[in-house]
Amino acid sequence: MSDTHAQTVAYVRDTMLDQQDPPLNQTGALKWIRENLFSGWLNIMLTLLSLWVIYAALSHLLPWALRGIWDASNLSQCREIIAERYGAGTPAACWAVLAERWPQLIFGFFPKELYWRPILAFLIFLAAVAPVLFSSVPRKMLWVSALAPFVLFWLIWGGSLWGPVAAILGFVIAWAIMAFAAPKIGTLLSVILAIVVPVIYWLTLCGPLAGALASVVPLALEQVPTQNMGGFMLATIIGVSGIVLSLPLGILLALGRQSDMFIINKCSVAFIEIIRGVPLIVWLFTASLLLNYFLPPGTNFDLMLRVIIMVTLFSAAYIAEVVRGGLAALPKGQYEAADALGLDYWKSMRLIILPQALKISIPGIVNTFIGLFKDTTLVVFIGLLDPIGLSNSIRATTDWNGVYWELFVFIGLCFFIFCFSMGRYSLFLEKKLRREHR
Amino acid sequence: MKKTVTLGALTVAALAAGAAGAATLDDVKARGELKCGVSTGLAGFSAPDANNVWQGFDVAYCRALAAAVLGDPMAVSFTQTTGQTRFTALASGEIDVLARNTTWTFSRDVDLKFEFVGVNYYDGQGFIAPKSLGVASAKELDGATVCIQTGTTTELNLADFFRANNISYEPVPIETNAEAQQQYLAGACDVYTTDASGLAATRATFETPADHVILPEIISKEPLGPLVRHGDNEWGDIARWTLNALVAAEEYGVTSANIAELSSAPTNNPEINRLLGTEGELGAMLGLDAEWAQRAIMAGGNYGEIFEKNIGEATPIGLSRGLNAQWTEGGLLYSPPFR
Repeated sequence: MSDTHAQTVAYVRDTMLDQQDPPLNQTGALKWIRENLFSGWLNIMLTLLSLWVIYAALSHLLPWALRGIWDASNLSQCREIIAERYGAGTPAACWAVLAERWPQLIFGFFPKELYWRPILAFLIFLAAVAPVLFSSVPRKMLWVSALAPFVLFWLIWGGSLWGPVAAILGFVIAWAIMAFAAPKIGTLLSVILAIVVPVIYWLTLCGPLAGALASVVPLALEQVPTQNMGGFMLATIIGVSGIVLSLPLGILLALGRQSDMFIINKCSVAFIEIIRGVPLIVWLFTASLLLNYFLPPGTNFDLMLRVIIMVTLFSAAYIAEVVRGGLAALPKGQYEAADALGLDYWKSMRLIILPQALKISIPGIVNTFIGLFKDTTLVVFIGLLDPIGLSNSIRATTDWNGVYWELFVFIGLCFFIFCFSMGRYSLFLEKKLRREHR
Repeated sequence: MKKTVTLGALTVAALAAGAAGAATLDDVKARGELKCGVSTGLAGFSAPDANNVWQGFDVAYCRALAAAVLGDPMAVSFTQTTGQTRFTALASGEIDVLARNTTWTFSRDVDLKFEFVGVNYYDGQGFIAPKSLGVASAKELDGATVCIQTGTTTELNLADFFRANNISYEPVPIETNAEAQQQYLAGACDVYTTDASGLAATRATFETPADHVILPEIISKEPLGPLVRHGDNEWGDIARWTLNALVAAEEYGVTSANIAELSSAPTNNPEINRLLGTEGELGAMLGLDAEWAQRAIMAGGNYGEIFEKNIGEATPIGLSRGLNAQWTEGGLLYSPPFR
């Protein structure tokens, strides 16, 4: 600074002013409200309008929900209690239908004394997905994940323990071939063997072996037929199986669609386009009606299994397209870099391409999964009792004929919890994997 | 929709041909369980209670059949079927008998290759309207808006009725019965039309049932009955005569209260004796034992008792017997003689 004006300053303050609080309307909640809600006449109007709408909705909904009756054995009794307590015609919910029927909405017609089995299965399921979802969980837990499908199957459907055990043996055979035979006979041949030998084993030896084991050490749970399953249990079984199976299948299809090999490429394209081009409900009808026609009469091919297969194929086609988007988003340099390192196709995919492509596709993948989970309600049209179907059945009893909103609110809430947690997990994963901006 | 139906019909026809000739009775006995197809839920006809036990008018027939064949009314596994899946389920052998308030029509009996074993409920399409509308007859409904389930025979019946009476109406298409109830109550339509039994059940659920009136006109014939596959006549006979036994039991005054006494020794009514197996060999002709009808009746009572318990006037559904009374009381129920 120049010293031109050095003498013109008559007074120089030699102490600092004490720090003052900012004016009241420039700080804290008041400032926030001013800036965000009431910053101009248009915004003031919009804010007031929104508040009024929220109030109008809640002022109807909350009294209805909070006045709700929890103990009544049928709808007319419930209405009597409402009339007695609040006066006739007062809107009030009959939550009593949930109090009486919630086990049915959750478990379907699963035998009551066996409820511990699906509950235990659910806990094991949580333990099994934990190491897959969160890297902070000890890696040894992955063994639980690997064994879980068999244990869950056994817990839910029951029957002899030796069935699942004999089935696991097939995978052990496959692993043994890959581990011990591969160095001697080459990768391609051992891969083919690792697929063919277990399939032959499952088709021929597996059943008799399980039978023999069962006759030596009978270890069985009471069998529960598929038609007794319903409600959220059914939705979760179909949804989770669909999700778990469709992700790998979808990735393979996406790779197939990118492949240079003519037949693989065209098959993948045809599969994806055909499955994606037809509504899910049509595939479900195919599963329940047309398959009966193609299979020999008297074949008892579990309906839920058929539905799971159809749902898996359907969502795999969508996943394939989502993953293809991720693959396409990678710069060509990444592929070339992988080649330059001398990695073969599978190694380059596994180590370089897919980790990046999948990370990009996470929101799309989770979006597809949420859609799949909600689409499980479509099975109501082929006579499986999903939660919506059960709400119809509950309404069909003379006790509860005429109850709508209470059941729908409950079902909606349960679906929201599932889907919201999936969405949150997707956000968590995106944040964790973010590499670009730090 | 039409295509689906055709495709379904084709499927069903092909399946029926394949499954024909199988001895259902042997299968059921070997399995120790009757597989019965019911609706996914229709008030009074089939619905699961809080203990997962199926209850209802159609369900009671299945229990009687299971009691007759297997001796245990609870040895039934119920398969829920929808309007679309019911016929395939039966044709493919997924179920042994379908008791799902299914209307007996020519094409279902002949073209789809099923065998209706009788009628367990004579239904017909009716109308419900608010009292405030001030209509006493369906013929006064000129210009009314009508809630109607799409893709059902009721839609066609409605069009026929209004054309025959030369009056106009405005249809409000609705997908399900539940939706229809809500729309009707919300005033989206003046009247709602569906099967009369359904209307009664629907009205029973309203907060103020007395404000609504079911119009006296019944505009269609809907004979509902259980059905089995073509081609296994022995099984069809068992299903048919189990239904007849329930009807005949009411006619002869055999109830669940007095059946033990009546069947302990031959009575002086030979028809009852033959029915209950204390005389003659009717059971053996069916391939069952002599007490088959006894057990069928004990399962849930005779036809009248089943009716009163599930859909009768004492229940919230409150249907009167009407056409479903015995022939001796002016109804249509008429069992051929047990002889």
